[in-house]
Amino acid sequence: MFLTLLLICFGGSAILGGVYLLTHGPIEAAQTAKVNRALMGVLPEFDNTPSEECFEMDLEGQVIKAYPALFNGEPVGWAVEVVTTRGFGGPIQIMVGFLPDGTIFNSALISHSETPGLGDKLDAEKSDFSTQFKGKHPATFTLAVKKDGGMVDAITAATISSRAFCHAMEVAYKAFQHIATQEGGKV
Amino acid sequence: MSKWKIITQGIIKENPTFVLVLGMCPTLGTTTSAINGMSMGLATTFVLMLSNYVISLLAGFIPSKVRIPAFIIVIAIFVTVVQLVMQAYVPALYQTLGLFIPLIVVNCIVLGRAEAYASKNKPLDSFLDGLGSGLGFTLALTVLGIVRELLGAGSFFGLKLIPGDAILVFILAPGAFLALGYLMVLFNKLKKA
Repeated sequence: MFLTLLLICFGGSAILGGVYLLTHGPIEAAQTAKVNRALMGVLPEFDNTPSEECFEMDLEGQVIKAYPALFNGEPVGWAVEVVTTRGFGGPIQIMVGFLPDGTIFNSALISHSETPGLGDKLDAEKSDFSTQFKGKHPATFTLAVKKDGGMVDAITAATISSRAFCHAMEVAYKAFQHIATQEGGKV
Repeated sequence: MSKWKIITQGIIKENPTFVLVLGMCPTLGTTTSAINGMSMGLATTFVLMLSNYVISLLAGFIPSKVRIPAFIIVIAIFVTVVQLVMQAYVPALYQTLGLFIPLIVVNCIVLGRAEAYASKNKPLDSFLDGLGSGLGFTLALTVLGIVRELLGAGSFFGLKLIPGDAILVFILAPGAFLALGYLMVLFNKLKKA
């Protein structure tokens, strides 16, 4: 009885080990491709490989990934990947690209589980909610929905999702400021 | 029973969703669009065919006291294979279906067919039974996905037919129950006729 179970488990582990070896490469490639696609969208033109020069930092209780973008050796911006747990349906992960002076270049929604048809309008493909951040500087553009005294137009019937998005943006900006001061204006 | 009949039985007479009412969790959870429903159905079909086949081969060696854990191990192996392959080659789809892929392990259709059919029948017949049940499940999920997507988002397989917002509730959970209920009535009516 035990022997049979043990044999089945052994056989199964062998099969899974094989499949893992075969799919390990493509899975990593798919993940890198996804990050690269997001980076292309949120940063101005660059000629380095930010995904390989990425570094991590602890801020606001989470590990934030930052990607430097260079063009001809000159820094042209930073992409910051953050997660907020204030979403309506679960965590929301976004990537925000900042120009060296702190202006938001663009943002991209990486993953979320907001309500289809309502909260998922955070996605730039589904509504132009996220485009209102483009080209704004967080110092003059308060990152909060109008209901909370900010300057962001919330998505109708999805205030919680909109607030969460603003919160993520704010964390990203804090991370950016952190980088900017640490690098001594080198950014 | 002829080989052909084994397959059609799973699709119509013993349709897992509309007749046996098994596997309701993925049925309601993944059918927000036609393509999601269909992919979930096909992933389950793959697991069903292979797990039925292997369980049927092993049935003679497994002592009946430990048959359920043994079946679950076999099922879990194939589910993990599907999971890894989807993650590698269709990452976008894997992300939409998310948790429902690993949950195929505890889908009662898979364990139900293993226990009710595969452990008592020949490997080839069990394989075909898995194919039939799987296709029946895929059919049900695809139809439900088409109906919900059409009413809830105004599109068909991602192709936008009606501009603007549609009846949103059909994408949400209550709409899943409503659409499933009416489809079940319709299917059983057609089956009798």
